[in-house]
Amino acid sequence: MSTQTTYPATEVAAPRLTRRQRARLSLGVQYALGIAVIGLLAFMTDWATFSAAFLRFDILERMLPRVILIGLVNTIIYAALAFIFAFVVGLLLAVMRLSSVAAYRWFAGAYVEFFRGVPALVVLFMVAYGIPNAFPGFQFPGDKYGMVMVGLGITAAAYMAETFRAGIQAVPKGQLEAARTLGMSHTRTMATIVIPQAFRVVIPPLTNEMILLVKDSSLVYVLGVTAAQYELTKFAQDFLNRSVNATPLIVAALCYLAITLPLSGLVRKLEARYAKAR
Amino acid sequence: MPTQPIPAPGSHAISIRNLKKSFGSNEVLKDISLEIEPGEVVCIIGPSGSGKSTLLRCVNLLEVPTSGTVLVGPDEVTHPDADLDRIRRRIGMVFQSFNLFPHLTVLENLTVAQIKVLKRRKEDAIATARLNLHRVGMSSKEDAYPGQLSGGQQQRVAIARSLSMEPQLMLFDEPTSALDPELVGEVLAVMKSLANEGMTMVIVTHEMAFAREVADRVVFMDGGYIVEQGPAQEVIGNPREERTQSFLHRVLNPMVIDAAEVIDEEELSTAS
Repeated sequence: MSTQTTYPATEVAAPRLTRRQRARLSLGVQYALGIAVIGLLAFMTDWATFSAAFLRFDILERMLPRVILIGLVNTIIYAALAFIFAFVVGLLLAVMRLSSVAAYRWFAGAYVEFFRGVPALVVLFMVAYGIPNAFPGFQFPGDKYGMVMVGLGITAAAYMAETFRAGIQAVPKGQLEAARTLGMSHTRTMATIVIPQAFRVVIPPLTNEMILLVKDSSLVYVLGVTAAQYELTKFAQDFLNRSVNATPLIVAALCYLAITLPLSGLVRKLEARYAKAR
Repeated sequence: MPTQPIPAPGSHAISIRNLKKSFGSNEVLKDISLEIEPGEVVCIIGPSGSGKSTLLRCVNLLEVPTSGTVLVGPDEVTHPDADLDRIRRRIGMVFQSFNLFPHLTVLENLTVAQIKVLKRRKEDAIATARLNLHRVGMSSKEDAYPGQLSGGQQQRVAIARSLSMEPQLMLFDEPTSALDPELVGEVLAVMKSLANEGMTMVIVTHEMAFAREVADRVVFMDGGYIVEQGPAQEVIGNPREERTQSFLHRVLNPMVIDAAEVIDEEELSTAS
């Protein structure tokens, strides 16, 4: 009497692999595929032509001080101004949306729905050309800078309002009750207990909003800015037209990353700091 | 329910008259009248859903009663023009889930309302806070954040936070229900010492041994009514009402219910 199971020879067509062997094989195949594709692309590319199209150091050299001093600096200024506007208006809208006054809730709701549904470019145009026509004699403070602050900020405020609202609602009801029980007014409770806690929740999405604004600042060129008001994209486009080469775009891309990557790093740091106080 | 004579205003620490509270069509409190005297320690017991917590939350108007009046000292809390923020300063409240402010240190948790509400100077607020942390045995943790403390420690800090406002009475809403069993004792000890100092306390609790030892009076609630009340020894030791007896029987002997009963109940509830 045998306890061993024997299979007929025909059923052992393929060698049976253990689960670990199969996993290893699958991983090996994936690596091999990736290396093959990269190898093929590298082989097919004419590197001299490629780098001539994207990486001409002489063009970089010609761009150099001004792409930072004008392009990068203006991009940061436009994004920061719009962020400040959106932050203040967004927080106000969020508080209005949670208000006990129905009219405030409706207004904030309508604002959010409208400006989330309309392209940022259209809003920017409306602000830049509509407002000066509607209010003759009105001048944006800081001219183009004020215009961009409002034009980009209005749209971002709609998104931020929703972010703030989610953050405020994420604070447990017990926090509100504890504060009210200690005799704090509703306003005081919001200011000292609820909103500081809401900020922690919203810091990552707010930074994403900042990153989006940095990128949206590339829309500013449609306003017809002067050379001193160029941001990165307009600056790069200018060079692109003159040099008929993609190098300026690469330079602009690297400059954008120089802003956005540290921002992501900052978020991680803040999150770690706040995690301690959890 | 016996009708009670209307007391002169201000003679009771809390005076609740004909209080009713509904959530939608669900009537949670059905005509509650209750007086609490200054210095008295009253434990409210009863099955879950009996309205104990709602009753407590109506005292400082965290829940707005559907009808009836609540007086705290001379102030009518339920009056439409009542200055709730001012009245609430005098009523400490301790929650089941502690509700410490997680973004503030222990010391800041105790000083924030003193500074913002009572307008105390920062040094005075800190001095009061330290005194109360000492009272609950948490002096060594003043720079910790709530998240770094155990549940029992958090609840002791929450008690100290309430005490820092120098309240005239304290409400406790199941203060030990969220705690691991080994942490219950430290919180009860703090509450007991408070009771011994003469604090007026209303405590919703499931800790029968605590109620029996510390409470001057025990109130048993069921189905939105006060079914029975009296000295702890009587209500817990020798209950008159049948509903009190069966509740206490179940609470004090949790192993006594046999499987057949539970299964029967389940069948009844799925059938309905």
